Amino acid sequence: MHKIWNSYRYLILRRFTQVSILILYFGANAWGWSLLKGNLSSSVILNAVPVSDPYATLQMLASGAAISLDLFIGAMTVTLFYSLIGGRAFCSWVCPINMVTDAANLLRRKLEINRIQGMKFPLSRNIRYWVIVLSLFVSFVMGLAAFEFVSPISMITRGIAFGLGFGWSAAVIIFLFDLFVLKDGWCGHICPLGGFYSLIGRFSLIRVFHNEENCTLCMKCKVVCPEHQVLHMIGKESLSVTSGECTNCARCIEVCDDDALEFSLRKLAENRN
Amino acid sequence: MSKREPISDRRKFIFNMARGVGIATLGGFVWSAYIDEAKASQLLLRPPGAIKEDDFLKTCIKCGMCVEACPFDTLLLAKPGDHKPLGTPYFTPRDVPCHMCTDIPCVPVCPTGALDQKSVETENKLDINSAEMGLAVIDKDSCIAFWGIQCDACYRACPLLGKAITIEYAKNERTGKHAFLKPVVHSDPCTGCGMCEHACVTQKAAIQVFPREVAMGKAGDYYIKGWDKKDDKRVKDAKAIKTRTEISKKSAIDTLNDSGDLY
Repeated sequence: MHKIWNSYRYLILRRFTQVSILILYFGANAWGWSLLKGNLSSSVILNAVPVSDPYATLQMLASGAAISLDLFIGAMTVTLFYSLIGGRAFCSWVCPINMVTDAANLLRRKLEINRIQGMKFPLSRNIRYWVIVLSLFVSFVMGLAAFEFVSPISMITRGIAFGLGFGWSAAVIIFLFDLFVLKDGWCGHICPLGGFYSLIGRFSLIRVFHNEENCTLCMKCKVVCPEHQVLHMIGKESLSVTSGECTNCARCIEVCDDDALEFSLRKLAENRN
Repeated sequence: MSKREPISDRRKFIFNMARGVGIATLGGFVWSAYIDEAKASQLLLRPPGAIKEDDFLKTCIKCGMCVEACPFDTLLLAKPGDHKPLGTPYFTPRDVPCHMCTDIPCVPVCPTGALDQKSVETENKLDINSAEMGLAVIDKDSCIAFWGIQCDACYRACPLLGKAITIEYAKNERTGKHAFLKPVVHSDPCTGCGMCEHACVTQKAAIQVFPREVAMGKAGDYYIKGWDKKDDKRVKDAKAIKTRTEISKKSAIDTLNDSGDLY
């Protein structure tokens, strides 16, 4: 029992926050709960604190919409939170699509699809940043927030609180894409929201720290990591994972049997060596 | 046979740039085309206080807070498959009309100003009667009151009874001894709440609410009610377009006097 907790503790906590947030949103619409109202595009906590999606706000700005004070404060609150504390934690602790892509990734490993496919589909992980640029351009030309119109993240969260419609198909598409077409395809290559949080979370404080002295080079962490390029220091140097693309999902910490990985406040001093 | 040269870095760079531009163009066009189709839904009724549809689509962040605030479950968020701009709030009066709450709970909760509180206020007080969600339109051929059957369901259901819908009496020439009680909608007081459409007894409602831009015409600046002093104000900013032709270069009298030949 202790072992299970030890090797899945963050995963359990992450699923707990992801599902709780969805339940709170559902309860707000169905039974009038006021802890968390709205959805991931914009919410209000306890009828007082506004929180809004800063990337959606940026697209609205590009589309030429007037930004209200509430929206500005909400977007700033979220930006500050992730840039100071969480990094890309939104992706692995909040976003419901993470559960879909994690499931696809797990099945991919079980079916050994990686070994069958090899690396035949080398798509750059930088595509997401180009999707951001493109989304702002399309928002500007079409006069509305472009990604919000197609975002599977909004479709699913909105769907769970307000009625799903065909929204489930978005989850199926992403699942199949990640399973059969490209490993970590959506979250690790395409999703502009993840790219956006990679950019603003670059300098956040909570980081995974790698202690090279304990590392036995088993590489379990790299296998399980959805953004394995951020773990370039494994077995080489004792460093913090400073890349903004790390989602702080902590799977690497859980699978490590040698105490070579842990959460720590960013150890900038070591990185300067 | 000459030996093939290795592909230079320059060529690779140019190819990569061209590929990037190509993919971005492809993606941009597909994306734009999809959005253009998806937002082209004109017949949506928005919550009270909604700003102009173009601006509404820009400004609404699709959070659903207005939907949560609505106590009658009138408002819904468009789902994939509804064929409406995704995630935006709307209502279908034949199912659930707007009950015109006096405290308008759906409007102040809007975080982005897509629902503008100022537009549903009179003298700084919330006033749902000033809402302009739509306009009721009667199809008199399917309205049984126009047939001569007595029905005033829409008139009775109207929250602005006697203002937005009035009853016009007319003699029924067919029988010679009965009256028509015809409902008439007045566009100024009508808020578009849809109570009338909900109450309508015909199989498909003979009175239906449409967005005001769709349902209303516009007389334009060329016509004026000469008998109505106030109507002057409506056209006070009107700009005349002057056209100059060969004949109108000079004043009318000069033109007539100097035209030389009489014909």
